[in-house]
Amino acid sequence: MDRGRRAPDAPPPPECALELRGIQKRFGQFRALAAASLSLWKGEIHAVVGENGAGKSTLMNVATGIYQPDGGEVLVNGIPVRLSSPRRARELGIGMVHPHFLLARRHTVLDNVLLGLPGVPVLPDRKALGERIRGLAGRYGLPVDPDAFVWQLSVGEQQRVEIVKTLIHDARILILDEPTAVLTPSEAGELFGVLRRLKADGTSIVFISHKLEELLEISDRISIMRCGETVGTVTTRSTTTGELARLMVGRDVVLDQTPGAPAARGTARPLLTVSGLSAINDRGVPALKDVSFDLWPGEIVAIAGISGNGQTELTEILYGSRAPVSGSFRLGCDAAPVTMSPRRAIGSGISFIPADRRRTGTAPGLSITDNLLLKSYREPPYCRAGFLDRRAMHDHAAELVDTYEIRCACLDQPAGTLSGGNLQKVIIARELARSPSILIAVCPCRGLDVGSIETVRRILLAARDRGTGVILVSEDLDEVFCLGDRIAVLCGGALVGPFPAGEVDRVSVGLMMAGARCGKEGTDASRPA
Amino acid sequence: MRLVRRDAPSALRSVAAVSVACVIALGLASLIFLALGRNPLEAYRAMVVGAFGSWYGLSESLVRMVPLGLCALGIALAARMGLWNIGAEGQLVAGAIAATWVALFLRPPDWSMVWLVALAAACAGALWATLASVLRAWIGVSEILSTLMLNYVAQACLEYLVYGPWKGPDRFPYTVYFPQSAWLPLWPGTRIHPGLVALVVLAVLLWVLLKTTRLGFEIRLTGDSPSASDYAGVPARSNIVLVMAISGALAGLAGMFEVTGLEHRLPHAVAPGFGYTAIIVAWLARRHMLGCLLVALVFGGLIVGGEDVQITLRIPQGAVGVLQGLLFVSVLGAEVFEHHEVRWGRR
Amino acid sequence: MTAEPSMLVAILHAAINAGTPILFAATGEVIVERSGVLNLGLEGMMMIGALSGFAASRALGDPWLGFLAAGGATALFALIHACLAVGLRANQIVSGLALTILGCGLASFLGNALVGEVAPRFETVPVPGLVSIPLVGPILFRHKGPVYLSFALTGLAWFFLYRTRPGLALQVTGDSPETADAAGIDVPLVRTLAVAVGGAMAGMGGAYLSLADTPSWMDKMAAGRGWIAVALVIFAGWDPVLAAFGSYLFGGLVAVQLRIQAFGYSVSPYVLSMLPYVATLAALTASSLRPRLRLVSGAPEALGRPFDREERR
Repeated sequence: MDRGRRAPDAPPPPECALELRGIQKRFGQFRALAAASLSLWKGEIHAVVGENGAGKSTLMNVATGIYQPDGGEVLVNGIPVRLSSPRRARELGIGMVHPHFLLARRHTVLDNVLLGLPGVPVLPDRKALGERIRGLAGRYGLPVDPDAFVWQLSVGEQQRVEIVKTLIHDARILILDEPTAVLTPSEAGELFGVLRRLKADGTSIVFISHKLEELLEISDRISIMRCGETVGTVTTRSTTTGELARLMVGRDVVLDQTPGAPAARGTARPLLTVSGLSAINDRGVPALKDVSFDLWPGEIVAIAGISGNGQTELTEILYGSRAPVSGSFRLGCDAAPVTMSPRRAIGSGISFIPADRRRTGTAPGLSITDNLLLKSYREPPYCRAGFLDRRAMHDHAAELVDTYEIRCACLDQPAGTLSGGNLQKVIIARELARSPSILIAVCPCRGLDVGSIETVRRILLAARDRGTGVILVSEDLDEVFCLGDRIAVLCGGALVGPFPAGEVDRVSVGLMMAGARCGKEGTDASRPA
Repeated sequence: MRLVRRDAPSALRSVAAVSVACVIALGLASLIFLALGRNPLEAYRAMVVGAFGSWYGLSESLVRMVPLGLCALGIALAARMGLWNIGAEGQLVAGAIAATWVALFLRPPDWSMVWLVALAAACAGALWATLASVLRAWIGVSEILSTLMLNYVAQACLEYLVYGPWKGPDRFPYTVYFPQSAWLPLWPGTRIHPGLVALVVLAVLLWVLLKTTRLGFEIRLTGDSPSASDYAGVPARSNIVLVMAISGALAGLAGMFEVTGLEHRLPHAVAPGFGYTAIIVAWLARRHMLGCLLVALVFGGLIVGGEDVQITLRIPQGAVGVLQGLLFVSVLGAEVFEHHEVRWGRR
Repeated sequence: MTAEPSMLVAILHAAINAGTPILFAATGEVIVERSGVLNLGLEGMMMIGALSGFAASRALGDPWLGFLAAGGATALFALIHACLAVGLRANQIVSGLALTILGCGLASFLGNALVGEVAPRFETVPVPGLVSIPLVGPILFRHKGPVYLSFALTGLAWFFLYRTRPGLALQVTGDSPETADAAGIDVPLVRTLAVAVGGAMAGMGGAYLSLADTPSWMDKMAAGRGWIAVALVIFAGWDPVLAAFGSYLFGGLVAVQLRIQAFGYSVSPYVLSMLPYVATLAALTASSLRPRLRLVSGAPEALGRPFDREERR
């Protein structure tokens, strides 16, 4: 271990802390990794970029012993090893921070750290461990309270716990999978400080992200993955975002579909008027605070925000699957506030693309036809006097599959066997086939490949142009700015905006997502009152 | 050894897995027969011959098939929606009690007797199931435990009645015989009663219900993904109550057929575990309505054949119960191999 | 009026006696469910325990040997559930049901020859000294041996779960097997061990029935106690100490039921025999009505969910 060595300015050191050669991995029919490679030098921050589905996370799960590769070699410090389990990987000094944290929420920080420590006696000395945690925290600038329960912590604090967990085992190789995806810009800044201190201490770091600016700021070298293969490794100082984007996608991409101007409001009335909505989440904690906005025909209101800040509750209330504590909303010309249920929402032309497309948006065991008719099966012509008209259902499904280019073997195939992109097309086809007046879409592009993203965005814009009012909930600032006619930010259950898209910029929206205006409320929302 | 999930099981694989499971179960049961000093092959042969080898045996198997099949249909229907009705035993008892009450105490005119008896039994079974389903739908009480507790309560009610107020004049825990108008006609020379026809008709009706109706669609949807079903606006609570009521009514009818078709009075042992065996039947039939018929017939035969070898080979009581349990366990294990591939070796 | 304290003492004493078999099973089930596995096979396991305990005591001539044998035999039987539910990742509800049906069937079949037989049984062993404490002594310290063991096991289960590292590992396995796995804990092993321990305890509960409570072998002698234990675990919020109190509550119900005639009420014994089941339903309803905010002592979050490391998340 050559502690304290500064790699980036010196000529490349010959030693690799971790080397992955020609890794292959399949899941059933799906080939996740074809020939993925990575060589992590000692003491460098090595970024890995790639689109969603390029195989970054899969490769890292191989490097930490969670997945067993179907082919290829793993070398740690130049020695071939078999990473049979996460424990083995940890013994070799490999630590990982997963995008969704692996923390036991009902236990304290201390218990979580204790859990993974090798060689702890049956009756652990909690006091000494607490001191060790505080010591590490102080050394790397990772303030954590060992006695706090994980469920009380903010996302940023939970991430610190994850990092402490790896450090306490003396991890010399640290893998961070999309660490900044859930962080506010200021939290991300703090994380970079921690990473630089770790690097200075000789830790080798793999940093996965798809935010190119961020990578250029923090990394020494960058590997690019595409379709389960590593297509290249570049030195950060000698590359540009343009080159990276081209390598990632394999061609020049235009994701910035310029939306036309939204329809003029004229004498039209708003489709939806939300006033003073407050709600509690499943744990009985306030999740929405006095949310008000309106939605007009032919516009996209983009609601930006990091998930867990009230998005679920807001969309569920609008769709009727959750009751608000106070406040109300009106639909169109209805003078009276409505009491919603999913049934009534469907009846009044509200379509909903939920975040969970595998369990909520579709029923995975039912056929594609059934899923395409999930909301229409009880109406004529598909259902008469309680009996289904299978032929009408089949014809309608076939038409949708054609129109939306859903790639499937046959209509009776269970929906669960479709790929993510095709599954999302099934949902979108179904929701738009009902010509909704309002469309609520939650992260409609999450986890999709770039081609599908283009399609989905095009469809949403087309719906808007037909006069549908779209509420787009997204974590992705690019998406928010690309599609939104008006932009609002949801943070800690409070809604800021919406502002016309031209009047806000990314920086201010990013700050608002980070809670610039709502202050500590962002963390308070996850605590009991 | 590792298990790797497969996308879709093939029919051949399913048949193979279940066959292997049955062979394993029979093999394990053979060990018990061997330990008792009996030749297992001879025992199995005697069972098959006893159950299906003669017109009498077959007719008796068909008689046992009725309560098993009716309970299994109800259990399978609820299971399709993701509900566990473990209470068919109690619902059967409730049906039998209600049928007895109408036959002995309400005494409607002869022409309406059997119909009112059936109606009362179905309603009682449904009501018994509804006690559990309402708790499940509105408060979230596990229907597994509540239906199970209600089994014990129903059995206690039955015992209270036949040892107490409804006890007949002799020393035994029976009521008096029903009036003749409540006796169902039998197939000449056998004990086969109209329950067999009812079973087949109901199985087909339920199969049609699942396949072609709106309710059937909703049942399949809720069973596949409760959250997708909420999202699609399916009325979850009323469907839970409705489906459990149908399920209970089927078990209640089974109880009615036992007392009006066979016993002609209410004995304290009207439900010798049919409701529990029916769980196995429903599971082995893959919750398929028509499959329940077939498996119920096999299990009816198992009971008849089991009673047979108990006498002829002097095998202790309960051997059939063990065989049923082994079948259940091994078929359950085999199902895993339908959806997973086995890979050997370290990677 | 002087009879009242002694009547109360008698009822509380009987409550502990009647609650002990349920306590063994429920404490075991707390351990199993805390590891994330639902075991609905308790009823069958208690029957297996009752039979094997009785048979072993009869063969070996000592109730303690029978008691231990019951634990061992039932742990082996419970491993079937572990194979199906943990190893093969079968549906835990169905697997538990299958074990109940198989266990009751096996016990009935194998125990046929033992009906009406006698075996060495547990005798009452007052704890010297402690038993002379007024009120408490006669209630707590004039019991048969396994009752004292059950006191110790309750405390041990509590200490194990909340104070030791393996207990922590067990809890995390039940709350988030992915987290436990990433921390290097062998999830299938922990769950298998938990199922075996839970099975052993259910078996001991069954053996208490056939060696101390009844004491003889009868078919269907568990009479739903296994299921009551499953319900109790929910009622007790997955806490071993609360589960013990719950067991005694139910034991008290049985004790009152047996003595209600003594109070001068004439109620049919058949109606009274419904009491524990109706009370279980009531308890289940009550615990479901409690507010949903039960983070620290609620159900294990991964209860009933099989763990597959390579399941794509």
